[in-house]
Amino acid sequence: MTKPLVAIRSVSKSFGEFQALKNVSLDIRPGEVMCLIGASGSGKTTLLRCINQLAAIDSGGIWLDGELLGVREQGGRLHRLSEREIGRQRLKTGMVFQRFNLFPHKTALENITEGPLQVQGRKPDEVRAEAVELLRRVGLSAKADSYPAQLSGGQQQRVAIARALAMKPMLMLFDEPTSALDPELVGEVLAVMKELARSGMTMVVVTHELGFAREVADRVVYMDQGAIVEQGRASDVLGTPREERTKAFLSAVI
Amino acid sequence: MKPAPALAEGFPDLSGMRIAREPHWFRWLSAALIVLVLAEIARAFAAGQIEWSYVSRFLTAKVILEGIVNTMVMAVLAMALGIFLGVVVAIMRLSPNPVLKTVAAGYTWLFRGTPLILQLLLWFNLALVFPTIGIPGLWSARAVDVMTPFLAALLGLGINQGAYTSEVMRAGMLSVDVGQYEAAQAIGMGRLRALRRIVLPQAMRVVIPPLGNEFIGMVKATSLASVIQYPELLHNAENIYYANSRVIELLIVAGLWYLLVVSILTPLQMLLERRFARGTLRLAR
Repeated sequence: MTKPLVAIRSVSKSFGEFQALKNVSLDIRPGEVMCLIGASGSGKTTLLRCINQLAAIDSGGIWLDGELLGVREQGGRLHRLSEREIGRQRLKTGMVFQRFNLFPHKTALENITEGPLQVQGRKPDEVRAEAVELLRRVGLSAKADSYPAQLSGGQQQRVAIARALAMKPMLMLFDEPTSALDPELVGEVLAVMKELARSGMTMVVVTHELGFAREVADRVVYMDQGAIVEQGRASDVLGTPREERTKAFLSAVI
Repeated sequence: MKPAPALAEGFPDLSGMRIAREPHWFRWLSAALIVLVLAEIARAFAAGQIEWSYVSRFLTAKVILEGIVNTMVMAVLAMALGIFLGVVVAIMRLSPNPVLKTVAAGYTWLFRGTPLILQLLLWFNLALVFPTIGIPGLWSARAVDVMTPFLAALLGLGINQGAYTSEVMRAGMLSVDVGQYEAAQAIGMGRLRALRRIVLPQAMRVVIPPLGNEFIGMVKATSLASVIQYPELLHNAENIYYANSRVIELLIVAGLWYLLVVSILTPLQMLLERRFARGTLRLAR
């Protein structure tokens, strides 16, 4: 069996009284496209944010590319890593947000080059050329000098995907990437994601787009109340679910 | 294709009719009244005990011009110090570190909680508390020599301004969406870099109008430094009327200069706002 790119073991996370994740364990293999589905409040977005350390886990452990995230084990105790070290670990993952979160004071091209230039300190010429290529890949070559406010939601989300890819991550995380879009703009973003999946990128996608999950996902994970209820091939989980809760969710969604 | 259903009768065609101009009688009447009142006030002042020739003579006197230059130098330097302190304190206030947070809150509490004129007098009279100041073994000096009116005014005005500016900056930083911090973190930025590259440039757009307000306040607050012998505009005007007893004339001279400076600052603020409005919808068309 291949070594997982992400290993999640017994992860729990609470927000005050509310337990968002209950003892979740999961492996994500290199090149795999995994869709996380479930009702709001089921913990799927929290799980994604924990992988990217935008939320710190309370207990358990997450390993990315063999490296324990967020903490160091020393003398039988766990010590929190410094902000700098966490920043370095984050470079291995790219994150795409539900509400795009493009930097409004920077053009599309500047949004993409910001990380490679400022954080990775790479050469401007090289970074710029790559950014132009990324814009071409998401079909927005003509929009390099546009500000986010001048772009449609679908265009903004495609720039956001390019911005995440510019850091050359090993893993791409998508947090409901099409939920904030007008229906007619969803397709263009999904098309970019499908192309990315075909290119072999490891992807974890929190989504309500069951059509996308059925078509692209190698594995679908259904979560409810902070726990994984059912997982497997997309056709199995979505087509012939075994668990009652999965059946109830799917019939409510479709 | 089916023809559109027939429209109901009784609704006449209004296309081609313009909206008439209203006469606005009341506006004309109130404007005329205000002009009358203003004219009467002007006449009263012209006939009053004011020697207008003194106003025009001292308006461009060397001492007055030096005063306005000193006023502007102090306003700019003290505001720069205030903005620097304000940014630092706002960042401290929003940091997760409880020590930094408390220090920042204490600073704001102390310097907003006491009158500015009192702070200026304290700085100026620091020599009464510490006759000599310096770094032990390296350097020392008599406090009366170090704490000149200029330095006392700069510290007093700048540090006081920092306390107010920190709240303006904090409001600006809080106005930036949390998603912007998260997006910056997601591309590997640390807290300070995210603040400098992503959050502060967006906060600037929000804080410029209140900062413009604060700077106009600062230009006028420098007049308080007249009590500690800093040779700014009001102090110099006072020195002249102590000699020639033309009190009102010289106060009018000073007042005209303050008005002129503030009138020039307003369009400058507009230019600055435009500079920081990059990427916002209003400018993007």
